Amino acid sequence: MPKDHGIGASPKRREDLRFLTGNGNYTDDINLYGQAYVHFLRSDVAHGRLNKVDTSAAADMPGVVRIFTGDDFAGVGGIPCGWQVTDKHGQPMQEPAHPVLAQGKVRHVGDPIAAIVAETYEQARDAAEAIVLDIEELPAVIDMKAAVKDGAPKVHDDLTSNLCYDWGFVEENKAATDEAFKNAAHVTSLELVNNRLVANPMEPRVAVGDYNRSTDESTLYTTSQNPHVIRLLMGAFVLGIPEHKLRVVAPDVGGGFGTKIFHYAEEAFCTFAARQIKRPVKWTSSRSEAFMSDAHGRDHVSKIELALDKDNNFIALRTETYANMGAYLSTFAPSVPTWLHGTLMAGNYRTPLVYVNVKAVFTNTVPVDAYRGAGRPEATYQLERVIDKAARELGVDPIKLRRQNFITQFPYQTPVAVVYDTGNYVATMDKLEEIADFSGFAARRKASEAKGKLRGLGVNCYIEACGIAPSNLVGQLGARAGLYESATVRVNATGSISVMTGSHSHGQGHETAFPQVIAEMLGIDESMIEIVHGDTAKGPMGMGTYGSRSLAVGGSAMVRATEKIINKAKKIAAHLMEASDADIEIKDGKFHVAGTDKSVAWGDVTLAAYVPHNYPLEDIEPGLEETAFYDPSNFTYPSGAYACEVELDPDTGRVTIERFSAADDFGNIINPMIVSGQVHGGIGQGIGQALLEGAVYDDNGQLLTGSYMDYAMPRAADVPFYAVDHSCVTPCTHNPLGVKGCGEAGAIGSPPSVVNAVIDALHSAGKTHITHIDMPLSPNRVWAAMNA
Amino acid sequence: MYNFELVRPTTIADAASALGHEGAQALGGGQTLLPTMKQRLASPETLVSLTAITEMQGVCMSDDGHLCIGGATPHALVAREAVAHYPALAGLASHIGDPAVRNRGTIGGSLANNDPSACYPSAALGSGAVIITNTRKIAADDYFQGMFTTALNEGEIITEVRFPIPEKANYQKFEQPASRFALVGVFVAKYADGVRVAVTGASEEGVFRWTEAEAALSKSFTADALNGLTLPADGMIGDLHGSKAYRAHLVGVMTKRAVAAAA
Repeated sequence: MPKDHGIGASPKRREDLRFLTGNGNYTDDINLYGQAYVHFLRSDVAHGRLNKVDTSAAADMPGVVRIFTGDDFAGVGGIPCGWQVTDKHGQPMQEPAHPVLAQGKVRHVGDPIAAIVAETYEQARDAAEAIVLDIEELPAVIDMKAAVKDGAPKVHDDLTSNLCYDWGFVEENKAATDEAFKNAAHVTSLELVNNRLVANPMEPRVAVGDYNRSTDESTLYTTSQNPHVIRLLMGAFVLGIPEHKLRVVAPDVGGGFGTKIFHYAEEAFCTFAARQIKRPVKWTSSRSEAFMSDAHGRDHVSKIELALDKDNNFIALRTETYANMGAYLSTFAPSVPTWLHGTLMAGNYRTPLVYVNVKAVFTNTVPVDAYRGAGRPEATYQLERVIDKAARELGVDPIKLRRQNFITQFPYQTPVAVVYDTGNYVATMDKLEEIADFSGFAARRKASEAKGKLRGLGVNCYIEACGIAPSNLVGQLGARAGLYESATVRVNATGSISVMTGSHSHGQGHETAFPQVIAEMLGIDESMIEIVHGDTAKGPMGMGTYGSRSLAVGGSAMVRATEKIINKAKKIAAHLMEASDADIEIKDGKFHVAGTDKSVAWGDVTLAAYVPHNYPLEDIEPGLEETAFYDPSNFTYPSGAYACEVELDPDTGRVTIERFSAADDFGNIINPMIVSGQVHGGIGQGIGQALLEGAVYDDNGQLLTGSYMDYAMPRAADVPFYAVDHSCVTPCTHNPLGVKGCGEAGAIGSPPSVVNAVIDALHSAGKTHITHIDMPLSPNRVWAAMNA
Repeated sequence: MYNFELVRPTTIADAASALGHEGAQALGGGQTLLPTMKQRLASPETLVSLTAITEMQGVCMSDDGHLCIGGATPHALVAREAVAHYPALAGLASHIGDPAVRNRGTIGGSLANNDPSACYPSAALGSGAVIITNTRKIAADDYFQGMFTTALNEGEIITEVRFPIPEKANYQKFEQPASRFALVGVFVAKYADGVRVAVTGASEEGVFRWTEAEAALSKSFTADALNGLTLPADGMIGDLHGSKAYRAHLVGVMTKRAVAAAA
């Protein structure tokens, strides 16, 4: 019988009640007394010299409080980058300045030029139309390969070129890898594009800056996945406000998907302007603004080559990727195509030699940064597509080829730096074959063909490194931050508990799942535990939520803090029962003296901690509150095997997903329902990338997909009912819960199987000359490939 | 959005009078106009809402066997009430946009706007409907004059649309993946005196009749009758979502499917 509480149970998400009944407290719900509104006048050209911004007429418009331009930020820092990559020659990446408001040049459509603060939002917009701009338009660089050619227009005049870095990984492996290719029995190569995506969380970004003249404190309310990180970046690098005078609050956040990790100019602006005008300043992004100001995701152009020996063993892998940085370096942009991508290139396979080259390129487009999976989907897509292509070229079953090359011994040192602690790729593939009903595929294909449709089956595996990660390691890799997590467990006098976590929930269900862990440890009811997050004034320094790290890192900190609570509570209980604390056991919310019928209730112990009349004051302090910081010793390595079945209408090229199956190994599971939901959402986004989504710029740098009229988001009807299974469990060996993380898996693991399935469908109809179609596999593209 | 005045007349006469003033703009369900205004791409001084005019609401059959739809009738009402009389038209109405769009958007608004990717123009042209305004009756063949262009004069109001009921008809829409408007939509209607085929979404000239297909289908109303018929890619819309050649191809596919499904 499934558990109904604690670890492994699936209680409904307690936060959904307020989300679904309109009682959430999102940043746009926050309105402060005397607040003014800001509208950003943004560049409508991709590249231009900003000769003059004449605000004189606009300043006299009704309701205008003040208009800011780049000049107002002359003495203020720029938006910092949080990760420095060292190139293959040992040199640091080229790192351009990123002003809050454009100075001297505009570098992408949407680059903010002026900020109009007015009594109402509409007045601010009216005034924006009265600003006279003198912009000398310059040729835009959009295509990455063109951008790094000699003589290409430079996005940043003070850099030597548009090349941010040229990274080799592992550079020492290059010669041996090249040599292995010379001796290979078979080489499969593939050029592909990992399409640029716009994250499109349901809630657009919002920022409210506030300033308290009495205390000289600034507060920023913002749609962030990591308020402490924003406080550090904005306070220390942009505005020069020390942490004790700066509070950042990220209340309910309606989806992040990575794009709300980063520190944005609008946040810094609202905080800065509130100090200047001594009034709260609010900005709410429109959806159109989001398309041109939220960091985009993916946008890699790659060539991958796989070398096999005569027995079809993988002997070497080589990739060359152009990664778009956009016009400026977003907070973690440099790490995505490098350390979050190159380190995963071994995948689930024993490939002894791997060499990854990445050229990061500046273009006149919106900055690109982490988006659900961040680097790992790009690695998985290349690898799982080239393996599929190799299987077709060799005439072997793609599943068999994968199985033959699986890593089976753990821990496993990959040739790309990381060590996988556990995994069982055979088990997840076995499970996939079961839940995906491969044996019934032939009959289903026949049924599709009887309707005039083609049917294809595609499979892929994935591995991800998540729960990021050890601070000392990421520091060596260029991170300018630590990647621990914190938790404070505050037990109140009557026994209820407030847990301040540095993790941030923006849809993940922490408020439900985290109490399940503590309830299990203490044997008390989950309803006695409340999770507090998203406010730098409430909890200790935390690093936030991204990279599927909340439970693996934040949950571990919470476990460590709770262990401290248990240790202290046992001492109190022992004193109350006149027993030795070594004999105290905790069970069902009571402290028992082992081997006796003596017990004392949880509430009696917590009350004693705060009313210490009968208390071991000579040994321990009153109170019951503990903090722990947890820094993991390794990444965690979730893995799995996915299968997609598509139907393809040969008359129109339209692809529909008929079945999708996912067998994942997430280690131990706290709340299976939430895990399934995370996988469903991730696969939905992966299907969106594979079939529908794609941000497209024209040659002049205009975003052709600037709204939902042209940017295709997946909808409920575009996805099937999923078969998901997470019963294959190899617990993580190095964190106390044995958990690995599940937030990104679906988005990482799904695109290759969709594309593999479409290629399979086409080959079933004799279209074997089609070896690849770039995502999104829109009807137009599939039809064009079929009729080329 | 810029500031504007809103008036809600209750009679066609009052609406026509209000629209006689400079800067006035008729407002149907607002499914195109309001988003355009929010983007500050349109700035009418006065919006004259047509949705409070009861004589422009509803669906009925005329004594001479035409389906009459009031100009301010929302798509959802057409989907419900036309189904018994003209199922192909009701089916078309039931797949425009989403429920919110269907409960606000009106047939008159759609025809007056004449978006090249809208569904209704193909039904009106494919049925040989009559567009009735506050001043005259316009045959569909004379009404559509290219992308976003119609025979309507400034301030003229579509009060009603009259559809002759065909023996068989069907509408096939191939959706643009993002907007879910018609990338190509084909309305086929078989009448005693011949077949009409109207295509939306495809042409740079807006909705049009595919006369070669009409001739072939008038001889034999079967999908096979269309074998060998193709449209030139030239003049088709080419964009991110479909090349000119793809759209021309889809017209053929959707026409065949409409014929096969016609009931």
